[in-house]
Amino acid sequence: MGWLSFEEWQAVQLSLSVALRSVVFGLPPAVLVAWVLARGRFPGRGMLDALVHLPLVMPPVVIGWLLLVFFGVRGPAGSLLQDWFGIRLVFTTGGAALATAVMSFPLIVRAVRLSLDAVDPGLEAAARTLGAGPIDRFLTITLPLIAPGILSGAITAFAAGLGEFGAVITFASNIPGETQTLPLAIYAATQTPGGEGVAARLAAISFALAVGGLLLADFAGRRLQALLGRVPR
Amino acid sequence: MLEVALRHAFPGFLLEAAFTAPTPGVTALFGPSGCGKSTILAAVAGLLRPQAGRVAVDGRVLFDAARAIALPPERRRCGVVFQDARLFPHLSVEGNLRYGLRRAPRGAAGLDTAEVVRLLGLEHLLRRRPVALSGGEKQRVALGRALLSRPALLLMDEPLAALDAARKAELLPFLARLRERLSIPLLYVTHALDEVDRLADTVVLLQGGRVQASGTPEELSARTDLPLLAARRDAGAVLACTVLGHAPERGLTRLGFSGGELLVPLEAVPPGARLRVRVRARDVSVATEPPPALSVQNVLPAVLEAVEPGPPHQAMLRLRLGASVLLSRVTGDAVRRLQLAPGMTLWALVKSVAFSHDPAPP
Repeated sequence: MGWLSFEEWQAVQLSLSVALRSVVFGLPPAVLVAWVLARGRFPGRGMLDALVHLPLVMPPVVIGWLLLVFFGVRGPAGSLLQDWFGIRLVFTTGGAALATAVMSFPLIVRAVRLSLDAVDPGLEAAARTLGAGPIDRFLTITLPLIAPGILSGAITAFAAGLGEFGAVITFASNIPGETQTLPLAIYAATQTPGGEGVAARLAAISFALAVGGLLLADFAGRRLQALLGRVPR
Repeated sequence: MLEVALRHAFPGFLLEAAFTAPTPGVTALFGPSGCGKSTILAAVAGLLRPQAGRVAVDGRVLFDAARAIALPPERRRCGVVFQDARLFPHLSVEGNLRYGLRRAPRGAAGLDTAEVVRLLGLEHLLRRRPVALSGGEKQRVALGRALLSRPALLLMDEPLAALDAARKAELLPFLARLRERLSIPLLYVTHALDEVDRLADTVVLLQGGRVQASGTPEELSARTDLPLLAARRDAGAVLACTVLGHAPERGLTRLGFSGGELLVPLEAVPPGARLRVRVRARDVSVATEPPPALSVQNVLPAVLEAVEPGPPHQAMLRLRLGASVLLSRVTGDAVRRLQLAPGMTLWALVKSVAFSHDPAPP
């Protein structure tokens, strides 16, 4: 990588790793929450819906601060993790991934929920009459039909996760090689005299990754729709 | 025996229906839209839980509100064919057929894949996706999928209602063939009388969420006290006939029924086969003497049993022919002019062409 310094290259790799981890760990609970919100009828559903969407409307710094309170070494969850598993999240790559996952959670939930709403409940009823139980039904009918939504949600969340700034810097700090992802490296470069060139290069990479991610999400979504037989091939 | 008794109050609509039907056999739930027939089907399948009632097939209880029994749909073994087919779009036709078969109870009796594919003519469709099928093909696949789940009871919710006349004409023979082959009871929801005539062994007449009458198509069609049937343009007695023979050179088929014989346009049915025909009341005229030199092929001696009042200036005549009944709709003026009174011997005249099927649209 001739045109990128070791630190810059590290920031790119770290961003990719953090975004990937945030999607891998965020996806299953996001699908579950989307399913509960789309199909469940229970008191407190509105509250859950609002809670899931909080990261979209709250300042990311506040989310980071809340994570710090909750998952900090002395926080209720943080101390448990530390004592039982020896896991420390604050100021670590894992912590950056957690902050990113929380921020992109609503993006996945929204995408999955939209595709769940598009699944005809009549198909699930038909599967029931053919002898399929609830888990069987979910795995063989619902999940394949919402796969395009899951995929596009995951790619969008990944692309957005590459650029998460406020929550990451608040919760995980700006440690090169540990938590300094692309946007944090750009920020650091702009704070350094003569860092304009570094900032411009990293910004260009950031832009390319984001656009590439969105294009990929669109393409994969349409490809999958055809595979699922929604539109004639 | 199929036993159904249900009570469910919807806002503004009360369903309170009970009927029994012999098994195996085809029971048609017939009535205008909004009479509750599809709701009954959903309750039998378990997709709707009624507030009270009981559903049992040959003694196996699927639902009993009093005993707090309500099997979930996946354990009822009711194959359902929905009006909108509901094929799984992400599976091929073959995948759809297998979906039911894989979940059928081990050792359950029923048709095998090869036979279902042949019976329903699905050979060339197996690799296709549902999105590439016509409406009639979709319904055939849906029927095959339901059959291969080895159901103990087959439910069909207006399977032909969403199809145009040509597709409907294409599918009806499949259903008729299936009816001969099937050893499980079939509950068939429809608002089309021709499907009832063709398929049903028992008819349950529904209106406003209640059962108006039930019985064989022959019994119900001969009743004049059921406005749902008698007030229709195609009201008329249904006769259970046996094909006696064909006269291809005359273009006629000879049918026998208990009470006489009928000549109808040539039918593609082998001699000895059973065939049901509806003799529409408006196609039957009467004469007080055997008329000479007439184009009408069917002149049947009958006894006038009753003259029932009908719409203004019309009357319905009940004619007895041996064990069978024919209905004839005539003007009030004709009743007065011929001084028709119960007990008279009459000749019922039915043109053969009255039985010709409506030509299927291309």
